[in-house]
Amino acid sequence: MLLREVEYAKPGSVADALAILREHDGARALAGGQTLINVMKARAASPDVLVDLNGLDDLKGIELAADGTLTIGAMATYTDVLASAEARARPILGEVCATIADVQVRNRGTIGGNVCSNDPTNHLPPLMAAVGARMTIAGESGERTVDAHDFFLGVYLTAVGPGELLTRISVPAGKQDGFAAVTLGADGTCIANAAASIDGGRVRVALGCVDAVPVVVTADGPEGVGAAVDAANLMPPFDVHASSEYRGHLARVLAIRAAEQAAGRS
Amino acid sequence: MSSVASSKTVTVTVNGVEYEREVEARKLLIHFVRDDLDLTGSHIGCDTGNCGACSMLVNGQLVKSCMLLAIQADGATIETVEGLADGGELTRLQQSFSDHHALQCGYCTPGMLMSATALLREHPSPTDEQIRKGLQGNICRCTGYWNIFEAVKAAGA
Repeated sequence: MLLREVEYAKPGSVADALAILREHDGARALAGGQTLINVMKARAASPDVLVDLNGLDDLKGIELAADGTLTIGAMATYTDVLASAEARARPILGEVCATIADVQVRNRGTIGGNVCSNDPTNHLPPLMAAVGARMTIAGESGERTVDAHDFFLGVYLTAVGPGELLTRISVPAGKQDGFAAVTLGADGTCIANAAASIDGGRVRVALGCVDAVPVVVTADGPEGVGAAVDAANLMPPFDVHASSEYRGHLARVLAIRAAEQAAGRS
Repeated sequence: MSSVASSKTVTVTVNGVEYEREVEARKLLIHFVRDDLDLTGSHIGCDTGNCGACSMLVNGQLVKSCMLLAIQADGATIETVEGLADGGELTRLQQSFSDHHALQCGYCTPGMLMSATALLREHPSPTDEQIRKGLQGNICRCTGYWNIFEAVKAAGA
């Protein structure tokens, strides 16, 4: 497929990338390209300038602090997470990344791209919401950090505004996590998914695919998760894969599965 | 400040041969390799990132070349299916595909071979699960996959 004409830049620093994004109204950041290139083929997106972030090596690191906080650069790929000894501090991250698409996509697709595209069927938005991740966004006036809760704003929409970039995601220490999904094919697109995390005895479950942004419910334990999902009064979208009612049913089942998986870990 | 441009001269090394070409930013790597370098072994199956027929190794990493711009490959070392057989001598993997009838129409084969090549480099004796996971990004509409699986397993033994 021939893409629409586009200009290209490969900046060598975050400051340089931000400057190009600011200077061109139709500029868009190109991370792994495993979504963006395809939506450009379909003309669903037609940026005038692609700002390739693959030269920004300082956005590719994965670091583990003494207090257990894991910091993942936005340009770390799924494969980078799978290969990282540090990332194993929060095992669910690698476990979920291993189920995203296929080897080729995992080699190119990035953590930052997954959360910034914020497709409601993506794996990482609910996961980041469940584990209480914090996103650092760089802009002209410096950096700001927002909670996952305030990061996901709508379908394909996040707190990263025009002229800004997500630079890194920090995930607090923890191990009692779970993830469950019903997908199209073995590791395909999610029809419904749920991520769960237990912190201080409370279980927090984030449901994907049922609304524009992850829906977070909390309960005192896995046994309370079903009622918590019921109380959320989900009105999931319907499509060829699932009616609204069926998707809501899956969300409830997957929430309980994810919570039980989390509770089964110490 | 890095420059913004709609085309650029890129240098790539494909199967050991260096090429220098002017490319438009909008050109996908698969089109560059097939149309500009005339290396038509890598196929375009779906053009949507699903089928894996365009899989090749870029700097040793398996990618679907329809989801990468040619301009992004500037400076890269690329391996395609044409680079596997050395002077007409099939690799163990290619011979195994032949021995196990791991293709029917053959359209997916270049991508299958590159995915399996990447897999065998990382896991010289892959488990069944590793083979299945390693070929997950490649679709075959003829064989039902079984003979492909057997061919890779035999090549890795």
